[in-house]
Amino acid sequence: MALGRTYAVALVGLNGYIVEVEADIGQTLPAFVILGLPDASLNEARERIRSAAQNSGIPLSRRKITANLIPASLPKRGSGFDLAIAMAALLAANDIRSTGRHVFLAELGLDGRLRPVRGILPAVMAAVRAGYPDVVVALANAAEAELVPGARVRAYTTLARLAFDFGADPQDLALDADPGLEPDDGDGHVEPAVVPDMADVSGQAEGRRALEVAAAGAHHVLLTGPPGAGKTMLAERLPGLLPDLGDQEAMEVTAIHSLSSLSTSAVTLRRRPPYESPHHTATAAAIIGGGSGLPRPGAASRAHRGVLFLDEAPEYERRVLDALRQPLESGELILHRAAGTAAYPARFQLILAANPCPCGKASGKGVECTCTPTMRRRYFARLSGPLLDRVDIQLNVERVALADFGAPRAEEASAAIAARVRAARDTQLDRLRPLGFETNAQVPGRVLRGGLRLGAHHTGILDRALERGSLTARGYDRVLRLAWTVADLAGRGSPDADDVGQALALRQSGGATP
Amino acid sequence: MRAKDVLGRRGEDLAAGFLEDQGIRVVDRNWRCPAGEIDIVAFDGDALVIAEVKTRRSLAFGHPFEAVGADKLARLHRLGSAWCREHELRMPLRRVDVIAVLDDGTGEAAIEHLKGVG
Repeated sequence: MALGRTYAVALVGLNGYIVEVEADIGQTLPAFVILGLPDASLNEARERIRSAAQNSGIPLSRRKITANLIPASLPKRGSGFDLAIAMAALLAANDIRSTGRHVFLAELGLDGRLRPVRGILPAVMAAVRAGYPDVVVALANAAEAELVPGARVRAYTTLARLAFDFGADPQDLALDADPGLEPDDGDGHVEPAVVPDMADVSGQAEGRRALEVAAAGAHHVLLTGPPGAGKTMLAERLPGLLPDLGDQEAMEVTAIHSLSSLSTSAVTLRRRPPYESPHHTATAAAIIGGGSGLPRPGAASRAHRGVLFLDEAPEYERRVLDALRQPLESGELILHRAAGTAAYPARFQLILAANPCPCGKASGKGVECTCTPTMRRRYFARLSGPLLDRVDIQLNVERVALADFGAPRAEEASAAIAARVRAARDTQLDRLRPLGFETNAQVPGRVLRGGLRLGAHHTGILDRALERGSLTARGYDRVLRLAWTVADLAGRGSPDADDVGQALALRQSGGATP
Repeated sequence: MRAKDVLGRRGEDLAAGFLEDQGIRVVDRNWRCPAGEIDIVAFDGDALVIAEVKTRRSLAFGHPFEAVGADKLARLHRLGSAWCREHELRMPLRRVDVIAVLDDGTGEAAIEHLKGVG
């Protein structure tokens, strides 16, 4: 047989597609051609495969090898196809027996060792979904591949050992060489060593309350306040209040991490919501995803199912902030580039922090502030209306009072708050799942004013604010959403006038419109 | 004659014998012109065969076939035309073959023949 066939997976964003790898040996002068839209690193596979096979004791055929990656129209990139192409070429030369429906996902070293590749988790998920549960990976990727339910993972250290298991003649094989596992650079395990605890936050009763409500209802938050008030301190404690991720969510989060992590070392399942806090000089590509060829996930996707914290939000480029509107709406980022279209999930909880003005001293009476009114207006104008419209909670954080700071009290710890948040989430799920939602933040206005409508005696304060013009129709819906979360936290079946009042306070105390 | 030329000569003899065994009639050997040299010219039925012979003692410096590149093939095609012109022959069926001879000097040489390359 002069034709070999194996399988691999091509990743487009987080979506994987089974790629059939055919290798044909033609009776003509030695050459190695790869067809099917390979990128530069995939084309280099030719040299890696030739050397790897040679050094494993099973040299490739001295004829023209044509490897065809099907479907030809799908762009393929990276080194993950090395092993599948090598096995197809060996199969074509009858050096090994048929590999059946095994999927091969590994890069080859020149010495014939199998090297781990990025994105193993989404690739294996795709393979299992497509009905190819047998996967062969590098040993360093084994733990990650085994996270996928239903996958039958075989891990190897060298091409020689793999070829031996598929019937290659052991006489020539370089079976003694055992590189073992690469030294682990530890990147896969960096769960944040110490999750900051709410117990460290002195005072800030309003801020603590807002954070609890935000965690319970998955509401987006804008924190304004002078430098040093504790905006960052509050924001980085939000992930600690969020409940653990479910199986499905944890897989999504881990898959993105597997794609975007620089390291290819072992990845563990991420059960805790991620936290991303990019610097305000970040470009749109860094936040929403990008890069040459097929776009890679950005901070917004890395914060999927977790928290995206934009400190000094008005300092971001306006187009960066506005680019976040699409994921805030749809929970997904679809990036179109010449090389193809990638879709990444990006259902994050947004926390914006801003100073009250460019100099940061305009809080309280603001006597020390040196900014002109125009400067202040321009500063906040960068946070566009459509973006702020999606932010339910807008809170002003004042500097902590000496009374709270000087005499430290035992503040409530994250664990206690997280327990209330979990209970509130459960209540929401019971109420909202029949309607097709999971958290209060997702519920659209028509449902709030339809099936979940509150009596007029509860919403009186809102109706009056609407009439006065101090609350927009959208703002009205935001407050209703918050009111439901406040009620859920209190364990009430539905919000009463008190809850609505509290919700209104969380909405209006923001400094976005100073 | 240097050792490498002795080896090359022996390889060409072996290759010519190999072709004759297959019923391919060798008509010219080591034909030279200003553009270069053809190792073997032969007739395979109606087809004119321009054959390049590569001989190696071992695979240490790569397979003989790997020593034949695109420019070498192009030259062989040109030389084929030149050969036809000189012999005033019109050969519409013409091909270039490459013959690899592996001869480590101990046993029988291994001969591989690729027909109609490039």
